[in-house]
Amino acid sequence: MSTSVSTSKVPPAVRAKDDRVATRSLLSRLLSRPEIGSLIGAVAVFVLFCVVAPTFRTAPSLATVAYSASTIGIMAVAVALLMIGGEFDLSAGVVVTTTALAASTFAYQLGLNLWVGVLAALVLALGIGAFNGWLLMRTGLPSFLITLGTFFMLQGLNLGVTKLLTGGVSSDSVADMDGFASAQAVFASTIDVGGIGIKITVLWWILFVAIATWTLLRTRVGNWIFAVGGDDKAARAVGVPVRRTKIGLFMTVGFAGWFVGMHQLFSFDSIQSGGGVGQEFIYIIAAVVGGCLLTGGYGSAVGSAIGALIFGMTSLGIVYAGWDANWFKLFLGVMLLLATIVNLVVKNQAAKR
Amino acid sequence: MRIRSRRTTVAALVAVAALTVGGCSSSGGKAEDTADGGAAAGVADTPRMKIAMVTHAAPGDTFWDIVRSGAEAAAAKDNVDLNFQGAPEAADQVNLVQSAIDSKVDGIAVTLAKADALAPSVQAATAAGIPVVAFNGGFEEWKTAGAMGYFGQDEELAGVAAGERLSSEGAKKTLCVIQEQGHVGLEARCAGVAQGLSGGTTENLYVTGTDMPSVQQTITSKLQQDPAVDHVVTLGAPFALTAVKAVADAGSSAEVATFDTNKELMGSIQSGDVKWAIDQQPYLQGYLAVDSLWLYKTNGNTIGGGQATLTGPAFIDSTNVDRVADFAANGTR
Repeated sequence: MSTSVSTSKVPPAVRAKDDRVATRSLLSRLLSRPEIGSLIGAVAVFVLFCVVAPTFRTAPSLATVAYSASTIGIMAVAVALLMIGGEFDLSAGVVVTTTALAASTFAYQLGLNLWVGVLAALVLALGIGAFNGWLLMRTGLPSFLITLGTFFMLQGLNLGVTKLLTGGVSSDSVADMDGFASAQAVFASTIDVGGIGIKITVLWWILFVAIATWTLLRTRVGNWIFAVGGDDKAARAVGVPVRRTKIGLFMTVGFAGWFVGMHQLFSFDSIQSGGGVGQEFIYIIAAVVGGCLLTGGYGSAVGSAIGALIFGMTSLGIVYAGWDANWFKLFLGVMLLLATIVNLVVKNQAAKR
Repeated sequence: MRIRSRRTTVAALVAVAALTVGGCSSSGGKAEDTADGGAAAGVADTPRMKIAMVTHAAPGDTFWDIVRSGAEAAAAKDNVDLNFQGAPEAADQVNLVQSAIDSKVDGIAVTLAKADALAPSVQAATAAGIPVVAFNGGFEEWKTAGAMGYFGQDEELAGVAAGERLSSEGAKKTLCVIQEQGHVGLEARCAGVAQGLSGGTTENLYVTGTDMPSVQQTITSKLQQDPAVDHVVTLGAPFALTAVKAVADAGSSAEVATFDTNKELMGSIQSGDVKWAIDQQPYLQGYLAVDSLWLYKTNGNTIGGGQATLTGPAFIDSTNVDRVADFAANGTR
């Protein structure tokens, strides 16, 4: 943006061409996208592991990396939408386990078709999201506190209810029940593409990112999400349904949690009730690396996908490279910090133009 | 708007109800009648006593659930009021032992996985006249810590046994999968595997135990990176089941074996997906820890007679899995 001092010297005729609506160069527009920093980071990580890990370059390995990115990415895209809307959700990791436990326990205990359990779990997941959103709007407390409460409540419920109903702390195997094969086909199948097994979650992930991107950039709801994240008071003043938008965003996270939960249930048959703890941070990291601001109002769905991809490439790239496993977490932290810093630098550069 | 959303809700409820009625599963599901789990014997007529069991268990772990079943079975038989507690952090475990001392229990059973931190608590309990037994963790340290007995396995020894068995099966390159980085007992197992393995090499792989898809992805990628791996050893039953899927994903022909068991694993050993499991008999650890305190209080006995009582390592494989599987279904093996 040029300074007002220089514009004041030019004749009125030229000044009429308002600086704010001036067409910017393609490069400048590209650089101001939220996900551009993470894209450069992703390319850097990709090139690094292509160089140091020969196995990383092969198609089956890339399929595994894509699978890894997809299980994080499906949650990360919903978490990113929520963060753009100015909130975040600490119960996002545990809700995955809750839905998987609910689906299997419901169907198993009552001897029902698994699809009934799947739908019951969806209702539960949307309900948890709605509860988070409703309580947030009702009390005005920070989402950190509300969802921290939900996080512990769900963790306790997962353990307590499972122990009560199954007598153990993992759910019973549902692999021999009606509906397992068809549900597995939807949530956890592997598609053969030229001899390479692509997990179906990768396709679902791409679809979800596409829907989220379209919603954010092309629909009224997308504008609402940016508006409530930027300044919810101003948004309310211009008629944005803040309450509905935020509750809807929490329910979207619930939906994504349900989806990943179903994937886990139908790929592992039985679910450990203590699982999922700590995963919420991975989702938030993916969204932040992908360009979402912790303060809301800025970010993109594609960015969350790139963030998830960086996480997947890094965590598995270390294995492909055969690096000493003792250093795993350190490598991971450095990679993530680097990606975030590159992101920041590029964003600042773009802002200067 | 309101009417429409209510209509949607009603429609959804009707749909769920319809599915519930029409959606019964013809196979699987909860069995109608479940047999009583555990060793059901008569109840002792000794005065009711209070025993605290303080472990380093993380909540929701299938292994510790079996330990607890054993402890509860012994408590029911011995007319004991059992208080089971678990805390993965050493400092929290110390506090739990102290609160047991403060409430003047009749005996304390404690895991010494973090022996240095727990030893002063054991001594404080003994000084207060409360007998203490150690179990599961602390094979090296229980005597110096001041416990009067130990029930469990030597993790490294169990690892060596696993390593020797792998050698006899001709393992050239073994992957040892650790689900919790920095866990001393798990590291000792893998160290033991390396020690017992003659004529082969072993490599440790760290995975995030709370996230199963990532466990599968990490093992898959390791197998893709190193096709020479012919055996995968996991340190917990749920991870063995996941490793089987990872082996299939990677198109590898590696065999899977594991430490510790649960009921799902029994089916995998029966079908041959998992070759064998090293069993340290967690039910027995919990049972003996409680029962030994009762025997000491009522009759002055010490199980083991001042020596450690080993509960493992025993192997569960195709030759004996059918017998164990019935017990595992009850959550006691």
